[in-house]
Amino acid sequence: MEHSVKIKNLSVTLGGHLKVLKNINLELPVSKTIGFIGPSGAGKTTLIRGIVGSLKINSGEISVFDMPAGSRVLREQVNYMTQELSVYPDLTVKENLKYFITMAGQSRKMSRDILVEALSLVDMTSKSDSLVSDLSSGQKQRVSLAVALIGSPKLMVLDEPTVGLDPVLREKLWNLFAKLSKQGTTLIISSHSMDEAERCDDLVLIRNGELVSHSSPKELLRTTGTKTVEESFLKLVGDKE
Amino acid sequence: MSIRKTFATSKRVLSQLSHDRRTLALIFIVPPVLLSILKYVFQGEPRFFGTIAPMLLGIFPMIMMFLITSIVTLRERSSGTLDRLMTMPISKTDFIFGYAIAFCLLGFVQALISGGVMLGLLHVAVLGGTIPTMVVAVLAAFLGTSLGLFTSAFAKSEFQAVQFLPAFIFPQLLVCGLFVARAEMAKPLQLFADLMPLTYSVDAMKQVTINLSWTSILTRDLIVVACFAIVALILGSATIRRQE
Repeated sequence: MEHSVKIKNLSVTLGGHLKVLKNINLELPVSKTIGFIGPSGAGKTTLIRGIVGSLKINSGEISVFDMPAGSRVLREQVNYMTQELSVYPDLTVKENLKYFITMAGQSRKMSRDILVEALSLVDMTSKSDSLVSDLSSGQKQRVSLAVALIGSPKLMVLDEPTVGLDPVLREKLWNLFAKLSKQGTTLIISSHSMDEAERCDDLVLIRNGELVSHSSPKELLRTTGTKTVEESFLKLVGDKE
Repeated sequence: MSIRKTFATSKRVLSQLSHDRRTLALIFIVPPVLLSILKYVFQGEPRFFGTIAPMLLGIFPMIMMFLITSIVTLRERSSGTLDRLMTMPISKTDFIFGYAIAFCLLGFVQALISGGVMLGLLHVAVLGGTIPTMVVAVLAAFLGTSLGLFTSAFAKSEFQAVQFLPAFIFPQLLVCGLFVARAEMAKPLQLFADLMPLTYSVDAMKQVTINLSWTSILTRDLIVVACFAIVALILGSATIRRQE
């Protein structure tokens, strides 16, 4: 079976003493929507930063499409949306996208089409000339998401992409994520919201830096004998404690 | 390195500033206003004003670009945009040179306005002419940008970044020969001044002011300033890490 991400014996200690991730072993499939689910502070963002290559790994290894995480080639294949806003508030929506399209190495010829598509996907066409600082927090989040949608990445890593979005847009985005994964893109989406977990093909539950479980939502519900992911999570955590 | 990405970064930095008209106004208007005030402060000693005004033209771009670059770069580091950029197919030189070009352009426009006011309205004589004056001012801006990029790595907040001005720049300002000739200072201070880039920037402006033609000392001063700026740029580039 082909894997998008392989993680072996990964442990991360920050600031010399804070153990953020403890011996994580994972193999993630390709062309699926994978949810990293866990409460705030569970270690989801640290794991994500490891996968996109912006975290220095001292113990264990992470490979993405069989290359070490952060490899030069991967920078053209992996799109990343950070948890912070990570767009320029003092630029317009269009200026932000144009800049990131150039930085992503897209040709001048393609830029216009990519810009129009990205704006439309996040429903921000009418706000394209607005300064990001003048937008609501949900709209800012959509601009940041639009940047992650630039081009045709093999892997999209989205850290809490639906926080602050209204239910209609959230629904639209989850449909988009499903469409992208059908087209062959692998999506890793972190969330602390358990109700979003059931939309994923694969679930990675994390708590206190430890891997609680890794399976499909159906499998998780079946093995725990519960009706919701939240109940499963509570049951698994309860069993461990 | 990609020229397209470098210029896209310069354009982006300048676009950011163009949306902040108050900051632009402060960058361009404050130096000529300060020079004008100074003229009347020294109205009884016009020769002294004629000596220090060109030197200030070399100092303003450095101080302003140092402050702006360190704050803008710090914002980039703390807002997640740098993190995001470093996961994209760009090289650190695209980013660093993009900044350097944008702020040198800004320094050039600032020097053009301040120089125009100084030479045209305040009637300060610069024997070396306009072009060497602009070259020195732009190099000073380049130096300020490079030092700002480098020092921003050591600041965790904008408060700290601003404090680097009195910590890194003011000591250089005190010993560069603006207030007292370097030869009249205590020996250790002279040695300290010899090691500081601002000394050579101010010295270069002095050379332009008092000499009709381009001198070898002016060339030396400009080379020293450029070398300091390039080293600071390389060190600044080293502080931008893809992995933390």
